[in-house]
Amino acid sequence: MKIAVCVKAVPDTDAKIAIAGDKKNIDFTGVRIVTSPYDEFAIEEALKLKEKHGGETTVFSVGGAEATDVLRDSLARGIDTAVHIQDEEFANLGPLGTAKVLAAALKDGGFDAIFCGQQGVGGDNNQVPAMLAELLNLPQATIIVKLEIDGNKFKAEREIEGAHEFVEGSLPAVFSTQKGLNEPRYPSIKGVMAARRKEIAVKNAEALGIKGKFAADVRKIKVKEMMLPKERPVGRKLDGDVDAQVKQLLDLLRTEARVI
Amino acid sequence: MAEGILVFIEQRNGQIRKASLEALSEAYRRIATVGGNVTALIVGKDVKSLAGNLPKYHPHKVLVADSADFEKYSTEAYAAALVEGIKSVSPKYVFAANTNMSKDLIPRVAARLDAPCVSDVTEFEVEGNNLQPKRPQYSGKAYTVYEFNSDLAFMTLRSNVFAIQESSNNVNCPIEDLAVSIGEVRAKVTETHASAGNKIELSEASIIVAGGRGIKGPENWPVLQNLCDQLGAALGASRAVVDAGWIDHQHQVGQTGKTVSPQLYIACGISGAIQHLAGMNSSKVIVAINNNPEAEIFKHATYGIVGDCLEVVPKLTEEIKKMNSNN
Repeated sequence: MKIAVCVKAVPDTDAKIAIAGDKKNIDFTGVRIVTSPYDEFAIEEALKLKEKHGGETTVFSVGGAEATDVLRDSLARGIDTAVHIQDEEFANLGPLGTAKVLAAALKDGGFDAIFCGQQGVGGDNNQVPAMLAELLNLPQATIIVKLEIDGNKFKAEREIEGAHEFVEGSLPAVFSTQKGLNEPRYPSIKGVMAARRKEIAVKNAEALGIKGKFAADVRKIKVKEMMLPKERPVGRKLDGDVDAQVKQLLDLLRTEARVI
Repeated sequence: MAEGILVFIEQRNGQIRKASLEALSEAYRRIATVGGNVTALIVGKDVKSLAGNLPKYHPHKVLVADSADFEKYSTEAYAAALVEGIKSVSPKYVFAANTNMSKDLIPRVAARLDAPCVSDVTEFEVEGNNLQPKRPQYSGKAYTVYEFNSDLAFMTLRSNVFAIQESSNNVNCPIEDLAVSIGEVRAKVTETHASAGNKIELSEASIIVAGGRGIKGPENWPVLQNLCDQLGAALGASRAVVDAGWIDHQHQVGQTGKTVSPQLYIACGISGAIQHLAGMNSSKVIVAINNNPEAEIFKHATYGIVGDCLEVVPKLTEEIKKMNSNN
């Protein structure tokens, strides 16, 4: 099997977020960058598939210099080869642009299965996997928590509100991965050492044949402004013994906050 | 210039999603700004009678794509229906509820029509006739406002944020069939199993009771569940207890779980890790019950009780039970 994984470099979930001076982005100064947590399930599923069915695994990431460490992390976990898609034109692309760039990089790869995290933590768009499937004209199963592959057929279990649904389809296909799909392995020391020596292929807009397609003036969406959330008003701690506090709380919820 | 708003109405098993009605109501409130008409599109099998419930939310027209092929969801068939709906009314904006069906469907259609998409919108700014959606990023640690440069744009609206606006009078509007040529379907839903967990979906619940390490062990979930039952609340959880295997991931609130905005969030034995706060900080009222008076959660709580949640919650449940039986 030929298996592709798409990963994103994102701020650690414990990071405090500050807004950059231009108010169009976040300030990455001092922020620890990690593989987006949902992508770890994508990497793990690709590795498991390869162990079961044989084949090769390739990881792709669109991004600046920060993507290099994330690609090495994928290699350290056992992915065979890495492709770094990097170009100044690709800065702040947004989901549709990112999906177009990934599609350009993946379209001739002959992949049987393509895995993405269900969302990039931080951007929280949940868009790239379904867009990528459309642009590659492939079927999809998104937000999956279980996957079985038999020949060129798949059966995936996906989360929906209050239920799970089972999607059956044919390969090649795009899958987006949700927590619960598997237990991602940690990179081994040996894997980390080996990953350091591996070469990461770099592809720019020209190499992908999409130069000039993402210039700022042809973009259909842009960030107008980023801001921090409004501070919550200072709350209060209640007094007295437990019984008194419980009574006071109920009273406040009914008469002051009016939420029950 | 394009005008009008098309709203994709999600239904499963003859039930229209509440969040879809919120999106439809918001379209009605915004249509004077945008210009043109509000059109509701419902897709499914035998959904014509369901479509009859929609006029009271003030669309100008309801489109019904009714076919046996839509009985179970498939990305490709539903995408064909939505594309057909868009072609028939040429809207400026497409609204949908930000559900897991939308996350599967809307970006796919946006890519097909080469149009931008903004997910999980919680507010709008207005410039001229244009809507500029605002949405949380980093699970609410930051907000972003976008502007479009496109004749067509897609937006999914967060559940529980936009009010439903329903007419009590008999309102009528045209209900028209939409013919859809589906084409090849390479993946489709074959079965659906209800989850054992919450009856009320976390992201749609108006009250959430959530537990963290302070509940001491999974054997104590019934303590919180009893409170949920009295309040009609959904049960949430911190990442710590999900990772510890005390409860299924579906209950997780926070940056790698669900982001929620209920009217009331009761955090029981949750310390308030930054990635948890990110997922619930936009709740209207936050109650924190924690035995550590220094816990971070108290800085964000509207009302705080310092105490053991296993002692406080049963008393709270008992008092609410009394209150409910008096009403």
